[in-house]
Amino acid sequence: MTGFLLRRIAGALFVLFALSIVVYAIFYVAPGDVARIACGPRCSTAQVDQVREQLRLGDPVYVQYWHFLQGIVAGRDYSTGTALAHCDAPCLGFSYQTDQQVTQLILAKLPVTASLVFGAFVLWIVIGVGTGVLSVWRRGRLSERVLTWLTLTGTATPVFVIGLLLIIVFCSTLAWLPFPQYVPFTEDPEQWMWNLLLPWFALALLESAKYARLTRSSMLETLADDHVRTFRAFGVSEGAILRRHALRGAVAPVIALSALDFGTMFGGAVLTESLFGIPGLARELVEAVKVVDLPVVVGLVMVIGFFVVLANTVADVLYAVADRRVVLA
Amino acid sequence: MSLIEVTDLSVRFDEVRAVDGVSFTLDPGAALGVVGESGSGKSTVAYALLGLHRETGASVSGTVKVAGVDVLTADERELRGLRGGKAAMVFQDPLSSLDPYYAIGDQIAEVYRVHHRVSRRAARARAVEVLDRVGIPDAVRRSRSRPHEFSGGMRQRALIAMALACSPELLVADEPTTALDVTVQAQILDLLHELRAETGMGLLLVTHDVGVAAESVDDILVMRHGKVVERGPVGSVLASPREAYTQELLAAVPRIDASDTSDVRPGGAETAEPVLEARDLRKVYGKGKQVFPAVDGVSVSVRPGETLGVVGESGSGKTTLGRMLVGLLTPDGGSVTGTSDVQMVFQDPASALNPRRSIGESIADPLRARGEKDEERIRARVGELLVRVGLDPTLYDRYPHEFSGGQRQRVCIARALAPSPRLIVCDEPVSSLDVTTQAQVLSLLDELRRELGLALVFVAHDLAVVRQVSDRVAVMRRGRVVESGTVAEVYGAPKDPYTKQLLAAVPALDPSVAAERRSERKELAEAA
Repeated sequence: MTGFLLRRIAGALFVLFALSIVVYAIFYVAPGDVARIACGPRCSTAQVDQVREQLRLGDPVYVQYWHFLQGIVAGRDYSTGTALAHCDAPCLGFSYQTDQQVTQLILAKLPVTASLVFGAFVLWIVIGVGTGVLSVWRRGRLSERVLTWLTLTGTATPVFVIGLLLIIVFCSTLAWLPFPQYVPFTEDPEQWMWNLLLPWFALALLESAKYARLTRSSMLETLADDHVRTFRAFGVSEGAILRRHALRGAVAPVIALSALDFGTMFGGAVLTESLFGIPGLARELVEAVKVVDLPVVVGLVMVIGFFVVLANTVADVLYAVADRRVVLA
Repeated sequence: MSLIEVTDLSVRFDEVRAVDGVSFTLDPGAALGVVGESGSGKSTVAYALLGLHRETGASVSGTVKVAGVDVLTADERELRGLRGGKAAMVFQDPLSSLDPYYAIGDQIAEVYRVHHRVSRRAARARAVEVLDRVGIPDAVRRSRSRPHEFSGGMRQRALIAMALACSPELLVADEPTTALDVTVQAQILDLLHELRAETGMGLLLVTHDVGVAAESVDDILVMRHGKVVERGPVGSVLASPREAYTQELLAAVPRIDASDTSDVRPGGAETAEPVLEARDLRKVYGKGKQVFPAVDGVSVSVRPGETLGVVGESGSGKTTLGRMLVGLLTPDGGSVTGTSDVQMVFQDPASALNPRRSIGESIADPLRARGEKDEERIRARVGELLVRVGLDPTLYDRYPHEFSGGQRQRVCIARALAPSPRLIVCDEPVSSLDVTTQAQVLSLLDELRRELGLALVFVAHDLAVVRQVSDRVAVMRRGRVVESGTVAEVYGAPKDPYTKQLLAAVPALDPSVAAERRSERKELAEAA
């Protein structure tokens, strides 16, 4: 198990390293003068030259990349034009357009996205797996068909439709909830929750459909297995078979899929963040891409990539814990 | 009162009548063997005893009473009490019959707690107790293992332990040893024998192997096409069967103790040049610390018209050897001479044929591979080959699923014959076939050997089959040949202890011989 763990962590680090190379290459793949792009459209020629100097664009590519890596691991110094600023590790660069360190910018947005993703994640697992189990329990009956139909509708409906409906019903018509507006957890935990409730549900309803189907199909698959027949033949009740044996078979695939979704969601909940006015990472990324703020784009992609890789590594380990046979393979 | 009372039982799956008016009884503590070929309905009867058809949508009629429970009319609660509590069932494939995610001890404890209101702890203790009883060494520790950490034999022991946990009055065993090696099979049958003597539980043993039944039961019930053919004490049914089908079935069973075969092998074979000669073959799997020599220095030679039997248990390297002889695997050491004229017939004829191509096309493959382009000639040659293996030459355009298992194996043999080889390597060619079909395919192979002067390498786990077809035999274990010689030498006067152990493990058709073998096995085990 220890060897397995070490192999997975080494693999994750390698992927991050490879990602950093690819992402860093964006600077040079992007058309036009890198310094001008990084500096922004309002820069004077003198300022652009200064940026070129600070980014050390005169150095060979690998030296520049080395400084970038150094910044992440040990921090580096930047000149903001008038003064020299130290950027602590992990330093992801400096946004000349907003006059901010990328790390600070991301750190400000990270709790927002994390709040959204964690809450939605818990909900979508509960709703998705719950619906899946229910539809297996009621298989062959009308209620199963209704559930299947509902999950299909969930998958097919775009998040902005679900989101708008939720806002109209709960904020407008019933007026049970405030129009969502992000309140940091540290400021007011209760308001934080009330304001995030709708975005959580909007995201969870969309995602849970997938999980309901996955849970259902893996449970049905397990129910057809020989060992289920054994336990039936030994007088174990149908409920216990579903709970202990069939559901157990669905654990591993659900873990695998949720890790992917969880990681992706850090940079992928653009529609949800925009619709509910949540100032998270995904929205920031879209903004940065729009104005071609390259240092911010690179930093964000690195951070989002980090979460995807982290989630996958955790999933691999959980998967191995859930199914010990994986370690042997 | 009888332990089992089945009256006029019929089971239908949609349009198929799997069991058709079966009646029988079993006294408490008695053992009944239900014997039949595939499709005879023997397993369907066993499932009906525990009401296992309820969840499948099969329609069941008649009455089934087991340990005082009317299985077909009992409510859920009563039925669950019967299952595992009064009557327990052991299934064929021990790997898939246990939940891969839980420790074996926990699975047994779970079943125990269904029938007894005890704490988890007490149930766990019971699990260890029964695991110890069925001979799992270090049961406390091993009860925490998951099924994949157990060998096939140990898994079957664990399943028997689960059945034993609630001290049932009846044990239903559905092909309990079919997936196991012959020595392991003997251990499991001996265990069942001991447990019956000790607990006095009744046994219903479903098997396709008459020998397995002869080893284990008092009475035998022969089934065919869902009906009972014959029932009686095992000794008299096997010694003097009344029904024609039983006679046919018994005649088809290859015997390990038959007086030597009467047919005289072609003279001169002794002196002829070998068709195939392999020297010091080696094949290693894995790398680093986990290197595992599958075949470790094996030399064999086969002369024209001769059959070399290669016999061994799973993991002995016999299949790897066979594949190296044909050139499907490249040896890591040693040499093979003569491989250009060698063909192969595989174990499972269903997967050895492409289901999307007609059998004629499959047989024509080797001809086309050799550059034959004339469609007329190909059709004619395939027709000849089909006749040669006893099939209708007009079946060229039929597809594999339209054929039975035995016919499919004939098609595979025809394909192997197509390039006119001098030697055919047969890897377990009959192990997936019913015993009567098996006999037909074996006699076809023998006929081909005699008439075409073909040499055969016959790889199999079944000692009786190998004895029946071979001139010379090589016994393999852990990648090496432990003993080789003529059939008379190896079977008549085995020298190697492993060969002796193997031969003692083969189920005997005669119950009195079976008892003898059982004590022989005990001696061998104690000596070891």
